[in-house]
Amino acid sequence: MTKEEVLECLPYGPSFLFVDALDHIDNEGATGHYTFHPEMECYKGHFIKYPVTPGVLLTEVMAQIGLVCLGIYITADMETCKGRSFALTSSEVHFRLPVFPGEKVTVISEKVYFRFGKLKCKVKLNNSEGKEVCSGIISGMIITRPTNA
Amino acid sequence: MDQETLIAAIKEIVKPYTKNEEALNNISENTDFVNDLQINSANLVDIILDVEEKFNIVVDNDSMERMLNVKAAIEIIQSKLAGQ
Repeated sequence: MTKEEVLECLPYGPSFLFVDALDHIDNEGATGHYTFHPEMECYKGHFIKYPVTPGVLLTEVMAQIGLVCLGIYITADMETCKGRSFALTSSEVHFRLPVFPGEKVTVISEKVYFRFGKLKCKVKLNNSEGKEVCSGIISGMIITRPTNA
Repeated sequence: MDQETLIAAIKEIVKPYTKNEEALNNISENTDFVNDLQINSANLVDIILDVEEKFNIVVDNDSMERMLNVKAAIEIIQSKLAGQ
């Protein structure tokens, strides 16, 4: 699959898609990026008069690029990818720097293993200056949701 | 390797993944990983990888699907060890 084909297979709608593009993908890892739109609803409340990107959303960007894109690439082709996804089973992420509205972040993921349907990855998220914002271990199990649902 | 040694080794391996300490303390051949120890499917994979490392064996897909309780785990470990 190409980088563009992987994106076509992602199971997310516009309100919860946190991948703009992939920069590189192979069986061992994936790199991709996302820019947080300054008008996102969550910034009005997180926090009042001091918008900072919530850590759960940074984790989501890491999971969508580092786990789901990589998992789809490893396990599917264009015929089989509809409905294919990975259910998050664990994440342990350490945060170092804040991400403000409008910032572009880059995710770099390395496969630790893919066995018996479980994908475990070492994932890092950098800001546009190349500084590490957060990093950790994210795992998920392969799932196929009904395509007619 | 005898039954008792194997159960003790399995107990150590599953310890970090179990939610039910009482069931872990009472672990026996009849203990089920999912129903008794409340281990999820993702952690079952980790347990199998830890079993592979501990006993220096390779678990295939068929064995993996059967390895849902202590009894099955013992049988699989013993048969893999015997086959070496």
